[in-house]
Amino acid sequence: MADETRAVPSTPSEQSGASDRPERSGERRGPRPGGPGGREGGRKYFRRKKVCKFCVEKIEGINYKDVRLLAQFVAESGKIVPRRLSGVCTPHQRRLSVAIKQARNIALLPFAGRAS
Amino acid sequence: MNRTYELMFIVRPDMTEEDQDKLISTLESAVSSSGGSVKNIERMGKRRLAYTVRKFHDGIYMLLTVEGSGGLIHELERRLRVTEPVIKFLTVRIDEEQQRLDKIKALREARRKAAPAPAAETGTEGAAVTA
Repeated sequence: MADETRAVPSTPSEQSGASDRPERSGERRGPRPGGPGGREGGRKYFRRKKVCKFCVEKIEGINYKDVRLLAQFVAESGKIVPRRLSGVCTPHQRRLSVAIKQARNIALLPFAGRAS
Repeated sequence: MNRTYELMFIVRPDMTEEDQDKLISTLESAVSSSGGSVKNIERMGKRRLAYTVRKFHDGIYMLLTVEGSGGLIHELERRLRVTEPVIKFLTVRIDEEQQRLDKIKALREARRKAAPAPAAETGTEGAAVTA
């Protein structure tokens, strides 16, 4: 999709000169890594390496009772933040989601906060 | 038989201290009569609920750690369901999780003892022995 939108202005610039092309490719690369690290399709440069908070701090048991820890992984709308945004590794994300659901059941966390 | 459960329940906020004590003692007697044991009782105080439960916005949280069989939990939950002031409860089995955590802790201790022991022989270990 992004390629299509760039294709239209690039064709007249080819006529004008080669000097425009490096600028245009620089523009395309500029905003991309700044955005949330969601896009995976074929980007070759580095996304900042997200590490799993639990693995780094060696937090072992994720309990449903520590609401402050769990609330870091819950969006404002009350939804559980996906793994690719929070950087949590898979086994910890599974345990975290179980704990969040238990906390929701005992009214420590809301099911739905404000409307997303 | 040695399963450990954690039972958290919420009581309506306008319940008096003595009523809470009565409820806890009822639960304790139910536990001991079915052959279990109460490990711990914790009152977590009044908290704001994340959503409205039976038209209440606050509730008094209580945590009960019990050791016993599954039938015991069945009985406890039945009692809680019937008790009018209790508005919500949640039972979690914690003995398997505890086993896993203990195993990890033991592994870490073993690793810590094995790794620095040969390295610190000349340094701190020697000092510890003389002290």
